[in-house]
Amino acid sequence: MATSSHSGKSRYRTEKIIRITFFCISLASIATLALITIFLFMEGLPIFKEVSVKDFVFGQYWYPTDEPPDFGIFSLIVGSLSVTVVSSLISIPLGVLTALYLAETASAGIRQWVKPIVELMAALPSVVIGFFGMVLIAPFLQEVFGVATGLNLFNASLMLAFMSIPTICSISEDAIFSVPTELKEASLALGATHWETIARVILPASLSGITTAIILGMSRAIGETMVVLMVAGGAAIVPISLFDPVRPMPASIAAEMAEAPFRGDHYHALFATAVVLFLFTLLFNLAADYISHKYKQVGASTL
Amino acid sequence: MFKNSNSVQNRRKLLQFIMFGFFKMSAAINGIALLIIFYFLVSRGWRAITWTFLTQPPIDSMTRGGILPCIVGTVCLSLGAIIVAIPIGVASAIYLNEYAFQGRILRIIRLGISNLAGVPSIVFGLFGLAFFVVYLKMGVSILAGALTLGVLTLPVIIGTTEEALRAVPKTYREASLGLGATKWQTIYRVVLPAALPGILTGGILGLSRAAGETAPIMFTAAVFFTPSLPSSVFDEIMALPYHIYVLATAGTNIEATRHLQYGTALVLIVLVLGLNLMAIIYRARLQKQH
Repeated sequence: MATSSHSGKSRYRTEKIIRITFFCISLASIATLALITIFLFMEGLPIFKEVSVKDFVFGQYWYPTDEPPDFGIFSLIVGSLSVTVVSSLISIPLGVLTALYLAETASAGIRQWVKPIVELMAALPSVVIGFFGMVLIAPFLQEVFGVATGLNLFNASLMLAFMSIPTICSISEDAIFSVPTELKEASLALGATHWETIARVILPASLSGITTAIILGMSRAIGETMVVLMVAGGAAIVPISLFDPVRPMPASIAAEMAEAPFRGDHYHALFATAVVLFLFTLLFNLAADYISHKYKQVGASTL
Repeated sequence: MFKNSNSVQNRRKLLQFIMFGFFKMSAAINGIALLIIFYFLVSRGWRAITWTFLTQPPIDSMTRGGILPCIVGTVCLSLGAIIVAIPIGVASAIYLNEYAFQGRILRIIRLGISNLAGVPSIVFGLFGLAFFVVYLKMGVSILAGALTLGVLTLPVIIGTTEEALRAVPKTYREASLGLGATKWQTIYRVVLPAALPGILTGGILGLSRAAGETAPIMFTAAVFFTPSLPSSVFDEIMALPYHIYVLATAGTNIEATRHLQYGTALVLIVLVLGLNLMAIIYRARLQKQH
């Protein structure tokens, strides 16, 4: 009897230790995020002894290796935002319409084939897509549009769209799929066509999920590195036309880091650029999280 | 009146027909784009794939020869990443799904995971450089690269493991607890075995993700060229994705090595998509069983 109570107690203690261990491990993601923030800032902040935050963010000229160097990343930020916006003009309609197709109108047999296609799109390594854009799309654009270089804003946006479509499509599809059937049936019973039901009932009901999907897709596009490194053209200018070359932030960091002298101004400036990029994606992700929680899909009440 | 309402009906039907056409077209565009990429890589890459290409190191400043060191490097890096990410990822998922109560802490942890999943790959690369390579003095090495990739695949592993745990019916747990097993015994003996196939699928997906990434290893593990295969985890390494990038943008003669670039890209894509197809088929089979 005494032994059994003793073993009960030790069992309880073991359970507690196990639970606490798992809890600590589950904090690893937060800890990593914190470490990333700390180390980016630690290596990035020293540049602000050389230039002010305002001159860094809004400075027009990025000539990090000139003497004296110019560390203004405005054109890099504009480059990043422009490829993100142009790519989402392509990826949002394609992603959402494909999601609607999968969730609403495709037959089970076809869905079984299309879903893996979307998954495989998501799995394609970015360097392969960049390579594809470089050797196939760039000469094509050059020929068809008669532009100076096929490595430009448009090409990069096209490739980025391809990369963010799977994100947008699969999250939207989940949202559309989880709209309660009663809503749909009620609308159909009132005489609405299937399309009218989609437009007036299903889309409004899944809007928060679709918005989250779009934001996460854009976040993927703004942070994507290899594609913009290989096909965006690399000119640190504010683009005027769709066919101007641009130099988005990730491209600049990836291209220059290897040559930047260790812990020199250029090195710190690249880390500071990464801080800006990190803040952008953090903002996107927090916005997505906020929307998906605030406007949580709880059936009929969201309409 | 009658005629009128009929034409309204027709218009509504026509609109639906057009919109559904758009749906189908979008899905088709995705499929076609994927097919074009496939066709392009296979048609131009397959001629480069020879036994020599797969089993020899590059020679003549990488203008001839094979890609063996890159294959070895990519295998080392992605396996290393998984070895780091699986224990941490699975343990995190167990806590989140089995132990944690709905509340603020859980909400913060989940927010942390989703934000970690959204960190750009180049930022992981810089973090790996600043933390593993410089601060922990690992140098540019397999170890630093694998750890960086491990952090990157962590959210993938957590996500798929949680999904697998959620799919285990509640009745399994209740039956085990009802027989007097403790929570941990239940998890270890009942829940984990039932969820194992799903967790394995997640591991495969993580492996393929790590194998395809370039930016995180650029400054932490990968170099243009190594004269020999790695002998320790502190060695620098060549890797497939980085090799493609180097040959396509900075090689000694970019046009002359095109066939090597296509070949390398084909090998990488076969590796990555092969792993993914494996996961997809395996999962489909699992779903059929349940």
